[in-house]
Amino acid sequence: MAIYNLKINGKIKQVNVDPSTPMLWVLRDHLDLPGTKYGCGIAQCGACKVHLNGVAVPSCQLPVSAVGKQAVTTIEGLSAKGDHPVQKAWLEHDVAQCGYCQAGQIMTAASLLKENPKPTDADIDAYMSGNICRCGTYLRIKEAIKSAAKEANTSSTRK
Amino acid sequence: MDTNKTTYNRRSFLKASLLSGGGMMLSVSWLSSFKAADKLEALNLPPQWSQLNAYIQITADNVVKLLCPNPEFGQNVMTSLPMILAEELDVDWKNVVVEMGHHDNTKLGPQFTGGSNSVRMYWKPLREAGAAARQMLREAAAQTWSVPVDDVTTKAGMLQHSSGKSAKYGEMATKAATLAVPKGMKLKAPKDFSIVRKSKKNVEGQKIVTGKPLFGLDYRQEGMLIAMIQHPPAFGMKLKSFDASQTLKMPGIKDVFSLKLYEDSFEQGGFDTRTFNDLLVVVGKTTWEVMNARKKLKVEWEPAGDTKDTMMGRGGKREVTVPGGLESTSAQLDKMAEYAKKSAQQLRKDGDPETAFKNAAQIIERTYNAPFLAHNCMEPMNFFAHVTEEKALLVGPLQAPGWTEPTLSKILKLPADKIEIQMTRMGGGFGRRAYGHYLTEAALISKKAKAPIKLIYTREDDMTYGIYRPMYTATYRAALDANKNLIAFHVKGGGIPEHAIHANRFPAGAVDNYLAEGWEIPSNITIGAFRAPRSNFNAAAEQSFLDEVAEAMGKDPIEFRLELLKRAKESPVGKNNEYDPDRYAGVLKLVKDKSGWNKPGNEKYHRGVAAYFCHNSYAAHVVDMVTRDGQPYVERVLSAMDCGIVINPDAATNMVQGAVVDGIGNAFYGALTHKAGAAEQSNFHNYRMIRHNEAPKQIEVHFVENDLDPTGLGEPPFPPVFGAVANALYKTTGKRHYNQPFKPVLDKRI
Repeated sequence: MAIYNLKINGKIKQVNVDPSTPMLWVLRDHLDLPGTKYGCGIAQCGACKVHLNGVAVPSCQLPVSAVGKQAVTTIEGLSAKGDHPVQKAWLEHDVAQCGYCQAGQIMTAASLLKENPKPTDADIDAYMSGNICRCGTYLRIKEAIKSAAKEANTSSTRK
Repeated sequence: MDTNKTTYNRRSFLKASLLSGGGMMLSVSWLSSFKAADKLEALNLPPQWSQLNAYIQITADNVVKLLCPNPEFGQNVMTSLPMILAEELDVDWKNVVVEMGHHDNTKLGPQFTGGSNSVRMYWKPLREAGAAARQMLREAAAQTWSVPVDDVTTKAGMLQHSSGKSAKYGEMATKAATLAVPKGMKLKAPKDFSIVRKSKKNVEGQKIVTGKPLFGLDYRQEGMLIAMIQHPPAFGMKLKSFDASQTLKMPGIKDVFSLKLYEDSFEQGGFDTRTFNDLLVVVGKTTWEVMNARKKLKVEWEPAGDTKDTMMGRGGKREVTVPGGLESTSAQLDKMAEYAKKSAQQLRKDGDPETAFKNAAQIIERTYNAPFLAHNCMEPMNFFAHVTEEKALLVGPLQAPGWTEPTLSKILKLPADKIEIQMTRMGGGFGRRAYGHYLTEAALISKKAKAPIKLIYTREDDMTYGIYRPMYTATYRAALDANKNLIAFHVKGGGIPEHAIHANRFPAGAVDNYLAEGWEIPSNITIGAFRAPRSNFNAAAEQSFLDEVAEAMGKDPIEFRLELLKRAKESPVGKNNEYDPDRYAGVLKLVKDKSGWNKPGNEKYHRGVAAYFCHNSYAAHVVDMVTRDGQPYVERVLSAMDCGIVINPDAATNMVQGAVVDGIGNAFYGALTHKAGAAEQSNFHNYRMIRHNEAPKQIEVHFVENDLDPTGLGEPPFPPVFGAVANALYKTTGKRHYNQPFKPVLDKRI
């Protein structure tokens, strides 16, 4: 066991866990942040994606000992009021069916748009293909990402 | 089950009472308008269903609350059911809030999510409830204002009178609750709908996109421990002995023990299916600690041999032998081929098929195979349990709490009223969560550990546990006369351990000489309902076969089906044909029209069509395939559905689109195979799921417009996708594909 001071959603949180513990379980079991989901545990489904310094990574493969001072953002901290352009676009397109994978999809989409504000369909496919949606909402996810890109680009132009 | 068994009792249909704090509460016994229970296919519903209730509440501050009795697993029932209620109640949709009801046998009934039944079964009762509540509110206003009730009108949650008097529903709700509940309310004509048929967003959408703890795996309680089960490495194996000394030394570990799920001769109901009976359990503080410590177990497994299960079903009590042995897919395929040659059980016979085949000018015979499929719900099986000597609290994802509770009651030896089951949102279900063994396991573990626990299946536990879609085969034969007329049709289907044949489905009823037969091979690999049970294979095999028959007859595949349906309508052959030929033809005509079938402009596509009827709705798809990077790719799908009135069009479209993606994924990639009893796939690295880049670019969904009472959508669009994909694949590759999944065969070709 070791003590870690982690920067989660802008706040410092202290945990005392085994160094091998994946951030997925640190978030879910120790920090009461269950928005990050367990799907496969082997980085194949994307349900557990969080942002590490703004980039989406599978938290099931991210040992707490590797985080250091890097900022971790979870779905709970993506926006203060649940109004990140990607979250808004998800609601606009009423994407979710069961909803279980959507936090991971949203975190990945937000990371994509940060890196690539105007993704093509092929860009979206390539970036999102690590995220499985068992309900098959892929088309709506793609539409929502395009809407979010459009809104983000429009609002940045306005500024 | 300790419930009030009223089958078609109208007397207690609605009951009003005061809400604490003011307002009205209306309880609804909605079974009164439910059609015959035996219409429900494939679900083994109890012939005598229990009385079901749902609560409607209107608070003094004008909030309308519906307690949704049916668990939500992505079919959007938490939105569509309240819409039905709100329509007749005439309230502002913004004022409707929805909560998931806890399981309550006496008040809410079995609460089953499955069989595409939720909307179908609630439609009339919720409309009647809404209309009755509205009438009571009008009556309360009429009395308060001393005006005739006929002069009181409503508009979006407001009561109004021509004198200018008006009140919110909430202001009259307390008085309304004291009035007699009216009966025989006139319901709105569909043309007057203002909420139903208008798309509404998912009521839990905001919670989903912000990561709120909605799911079973998210549930926690102070002092809760985590439990995991180590199950045998193969079907046909059981626990012999274990050494937990290393595990117990690991940090956070509280206990390791074994226990028995069902005692010998436990009488199992249809949804008590379980694979392994001896549970080896690790209990500890956190998930990661338990996962790691479980790996340190030293376990000896042994062959289970033949075992006996005592089953309670419609036919009464029976002993079933589950064969021992370690099964492999290759041997299973050989065995199926061998059984296919033997005589089978006759399921339906019209005319004289033997003679017709003897006299045929041409016989087309094809055999189709499909593997076991794992449900792979994104949220693995899990349940919270806190069981003491006196009572039990269980919280988690479950499709059929009403059928799990009696089992739990027997096993825990607790009366039903001491058991509380709370249903969380489910991270997928697809039939898998109708089997509540994991809840029962959690309860027994909690009791033994004397602590609140959450049982978690890892993905590997979940995928290799069983309760799969069965392994199927079917041989179809068609007899053509010298003029290429279809004179006889024969299907002989088999499966491990169940066949898939629906003997009374199309093309039964459309061919003079018809024979359907079935056979089954027992297995220790457990199976259960999987999205559109049986239909999900039938539609693949039969719809591919019909495509090939049409081709042999020199006919367009849609026109060929329409001709058969015309025959089924005008002079149906035999009895008990399950489908309505007009509605079946309706979806084919709609998809033909919307896809521009045989019309210019679609030359870039290799097109496949299929249609099917199941779970009371009709579906047809045209799959448009192209070759992309040397591989067949479904670029576009056009779908036509007839499910009667569409409650929530955008959500219904989402459901159909999802079913299409699911169908394409399973047709190309889905397979759970075995070697020496062990599942060969254990996680998403070797169980391939369809991904973003493999989904079509476009799925256009069209609904037949009619005013028929609504039926379900969760299952019906799924089965014919397989057939349409197979038919498009033929056009793309020039070869017929008979064995699912298609992708491995395509890969070998290249």
